[in-house]
Order: sequence, then structure tokens, then C-alpha cells
Amino acid sequence: MSGRTNGPTNEGAHDVATDPTIDPARRATGGRGWRRVRLAIRRRPVATVALAFIVLVALTAVFAAQWAPHDPTAQSLRLRLRPPWPLPGSDPAHPLGTDPLGRDVLSRILHGARISLGVGVGAVLLQALLGVTAGLLAGFYRGAVDQVLMRLADVQQSIPFLVLVVAVAAVVGPSLRNTVLVLGVAGWVTYGRVVRAQVLSLMTSEYVTAAKALGGGDRRVMLRHLLPNLVAPITVIGTLTISAMILVEASLSFLGLGVPPPTPTWGGMVADGRNYVADAWWVSVMPGLAIFATVLSINLVGDALRETLDPSLRT
Amino acid sequence: MTAYLIRRLVYSVFVLLGVSLLVFALVRLSGDPTALMVPLDATDEDVERLRRALGYDRPLPVQYLDFLTGALQGDLGTSLRHQQPALGMVLDRFPATLQLMAASLLVAIGVALPLGILSALRPDSWIDRFGVTLALIGQALPNFFLGIVLILVFSVGLGWFPSSGRGSLLHLVLPAVTLGTAASAFLNRLLRSSLLEVLASDYVRTARAKGRSETATVFVHALRNAAIPVLTVLGLQVIQLVGGAIVTETVFAYPGAGLLLVQSLGNLDFPVVQAFVLVVAVAVAIVNVVIDLLYGALDPRIRLA
Repeated sequence: MSGRTNGPTNEGAHDVATDPTIDPARRATGGRGWRRVRLAIRRRPVATVALAFIVLVALTAVFAAQWAPHDPTAQSLRLRLRPPWPLPGSDPAHPLGTDPLGRDVLSRILHGARISLGVGVGAVLLQALLGVTAGLLAGFYRGAVDQVLMRLADVQQSIPFLVLVVAVAAVVGPSLRNTVLVLGVAGWVTYGRVVRAQVLSLMTSEYVTAAKALGGGDRRVMLRHLLPNLVAPITVIGTLTISAMILVEASLSFLGLGVPPPTPTWGGMVADGRNYVADAWWVSVMPGLAIFATVLSINLVGDALRETLDPSLRT
Repeated sequence: MTAYLIRRLVYSVFVLLGVSLLVFALVRLSGDPTALMVPLDATDEDVERLRRALGYDRPLPVQYLDFLTGALQGDLGTSLRHQQPALGMVLDRFPATLQLMAASLLVAIGVALPLGILSALRPDSWIDRFGVTLALIGQALPNFFLGIVLILVFSVGLGWFPSSGRGSLLHLVLPAVTLGTAASAFLNRLLRSSLLEVLASDYVRTARAKGRSETATVFVHALRNAAIPVLTVLGLQVIQLVGGAIVTETVFAYPGAGLLLVQSLGNLDFPVVQAFVLVVAVAVAIVNVVIDLLYGALDPRIRLA
């Protein structure tokens, strides 16, 4: 960082983003912490609110057992289908009402956050792991490895994602672990294709040639020289897909092919209330709103993140 | 052109072979199909006899070849529950699903086209902001939840549309809106950004400079070029609509192939599941070829050779 001394002396006017003397990789973390945060909030108030909501949902997922006012599976025939407070007939102990089995809707939503976020994050991590590995191998070795992996990708992509997922989920049987596995294995293709394309272009760059010429082994070139350059596109796809995976998990649960009852899931709760919409709309609507707000927040933050990480993707 | 088509078709055949292998492996993964066919009180000898009779004791590659030969002759096995040909059951229900998908595409394009054009012509105007908001909401709403809300408001509350079944055009409205909303959000945003890019190009400036009206510039010069990326995504959207149709048909008890799939999954009726996946894969292959052909029609520079 010897060039730093030649930079402008006026710190306030120093623009980290355009200073050519700063290594691009450091720009993202450069600048003063709190000032940057304040600036970010002022620039993107909506994304900030969305981020705060995601943090709240994440905390809910962790502390559901402590925060939930009731046992999410405790049934009470006496308290069936109570409306949310303050509607007539409501019970203040159940602010979002109760379901057809007299279970507390609020407690079930809080516990449902665990499944939605857990499956969403777990599935995306597994997809990224499989996809990046496949993409690296295909792009690096090409030839037969590439052919086999990409033809498998073609086959998987010729079946609509949800069709593939429901069919496999039904075969392997519904459970939390299987839901994450099915979504992870079914969804590696996007990562695989993007990473492969990126690797193919990186392989022609001079520093990869240099690394190979200096005797860098395959593993070293892949992990030390290729992988760091893939972080930005992987992050972009990850934020794009995490909300999609939450929606798919909810659809699976809604169809009864996700995490089985009595574990509360948002999609399963919407399904529970389906036959009662006319008289007890809250049973379906409350968990539906939870899915909607969570997915919307993730998309908003993802958009903001994407514009920061990859300006070429701006629309 | 013909050479390209032939190559594309040969390639599709290989992909479909892959799908058939995948589907076959999937169903065999679920365990021995005979276990699902016999009554609960059947003895082990009964099961063994049925296994032999149906050929499930043979090596898997032989069974796969058998399955493939059957598939090529239109025989995808018999529904375990209804004792009818699985392929016939799926094909009987497919027109209803295609009708739903067509109606939802009509909704999606009907909303996305005007909104996308207006947004691109007036970036950052109120209509652009409205389009952004609508797209954000449309992408975040789970379709099963949207369907239930629509039923709640328009069937239960206002009584305008029936909440389930199939028959009249009125039956199609709520399911089509439910299925089309997410696609319309994607298309609207994509059309806007694609059109913005094209409107900034040299040939649009030329068209304006030579005095063509704004309407002619947009519709004759810009829209056609902006349509190419949109078409790619539209193709992908159509394919994913099948997945959305499964959920939508379940919400509205709409008797299409998606509802049949969900019922078959619940009954572990795997021959029907197999048939559904294969029929969809064939349909997807056809859609992909059609889109490639449309590219050529929209942009003669894209040589399909």
C-alpha cells in the first residue's frame, strides 16, 4: 500500500470506491465503519428496514423456544379458532388467534421461522457447495468430467424445479433432513453453470498461467487462485436463491411433502387453514404474511447487495 | 436451418433418455414397487410370487431397457391405485393444465407488456415506481397464499368468482391470476431493463433523428430487439409455470395434471408420477426448440447453423 501516501490528504473527500491505488478486494471493507453504516442507511432506508426485519426473523429462529408465549404443539379444543386480538371473541393470551386444533398461531409462526430460515440457508449452502465443486471441476479439467456434469445439468433442467423436488421428496419421504438434501441436490445447476463459465474465462488469464507455470498444483490453483474470484458471483446467486428456496420449502410443506407435522412450518400452517378461510381467515393469512414479509425483505436486501457487489447487474 | 433442427432434436432425445433414466432410478430408489401393490396381510411368498410375475427380480439394467421399450410404445405402466394406463391418465388431464398455463401467461404478458414499456419510457416516474413495487410484491408472494387470499376476497367476500373446480371462463380467472403473478413480475422488470438498453442504442437515435414518431420508434425499432432476452426468460418461465400449476391446481381443486400428480404422490402411485415427469420433459424439449426457432424469426443475425 505504498501508493496510499500519494492519495488526497483530505480524508473527507477521499472516495474509497474510485481510488485506483486501493486494491479492489479491499474496497468493500475499506472506509470508516460507522460513517459507512450511516451513509448506507441514508442511501437505502428500505433495504435497512428489510435487513432489520431479517435479523429479527433470524433471532426468532434462534430464540423461538424462549420467545413463544405457548407450546406450538399444545392443543386445546376449548380454544379452537379464536380470532386475533382485538377482534370480538379473541383471547389476549393468543394475539394472532388460534388454529382449528386450538394451537397458538403466534407461537407456531415463531417456531416456523426455524424451518423456513434453516431449510433456506441449509439448501443454499449445499447447492453452493455442490455447484461450485462441480463448476470448478468441469471448468478446470474440461473433457469427460465437463461433459458428464453438464449433461446431468441439462437433464435436471429439463424438469421444472418444483416438479423435480416434489417427486424426489415424495420418494425419499418427508423429513427436515430430506427437505434440505432434496433442495440442495436439485439446485446445484445454476451455481455449476455460472462457476464453470467463470472458470473457463479465468483459465486464460495471465495469473492462472503464471500460477501453473510456477508449479502450482491443481488443488492450489483451484482453491487459491480461482475460488476467491468466484466469491462475488456465488454471493449474488446465493442471495437470489435463498428467498426462492424459502418459497419452495413453503410450497413443499403446503403440499404435505416438506417437514411433517406436528413441527410447525409456515407452508403447512397455510395448508391447515385452507378449509377454514371463510370463517377463520387468520389461520392461513398470518403464516402467509410471515412468508411474504421474510421473502420480500430478503429480496430487497439481496437487490441492494447485488448492486454493491456487481454494478453490471443493475437494472 | 434444417441441419440445426435435426441436431437439436437428436440432442433432445439424449436429454429425454437421461430423464427416463433419472425417473427410473428415482422410482426404484423408493424400494420395491410390489410392496405397494399387495394388501397389508400378504405373506412374503405372495410378495415374492408377484415380484417374479412382474419381473422385478431381474437385473436393474434389464428392467430399465424393458421400461424404455414400453415408454417408446407409449406404455408407462399402470396406475397402482386406479388400474388404468398411467400415460393415458396424465394426458387426459394435461389439456386442463395447458389451458390454465395459457390463461396465466395471458395475465402475465397483459400486465408486464404495458407496464414494462411505460416504465422504460419514463424511468423513475410514478408508473415506474408502481411497476417496481408490484414486481417486488409479486415475486415475494407464495402462489398458494395468493390463491387463498384471492379466494377469501373474490369468492368468499365478493362472490364474483367460484373458488374451485373447472368449467366456465369464470373458473379460470382466479387460478390464472395466482399462477401468472410471479411470471408477470419477472417479465415486467426484464422488459423494462432490456428496453432501456435498446432505447439508448445508436439505431434508435437514428430512427428518432430521421423523424419517426415516438410510437413507431418504440414499437417498430426498439420492442423487437428488446424482446430477445425477454423471450429467453419467458421460455424458462413457461417451464417453471408447470411447477406453479401443481400448487395452484391444489389450491383451487382444479382438475389438471398437477392435481393428479399431487394426489398420486400422496398415494405413492409412482407409475403416474413417472408418466407426469416424462410428459413434462417432452413438453419442455418442445418449448426449447420453439424458442430457438423464434429467436431466428426475431433476429435474423442469430444463425441457427
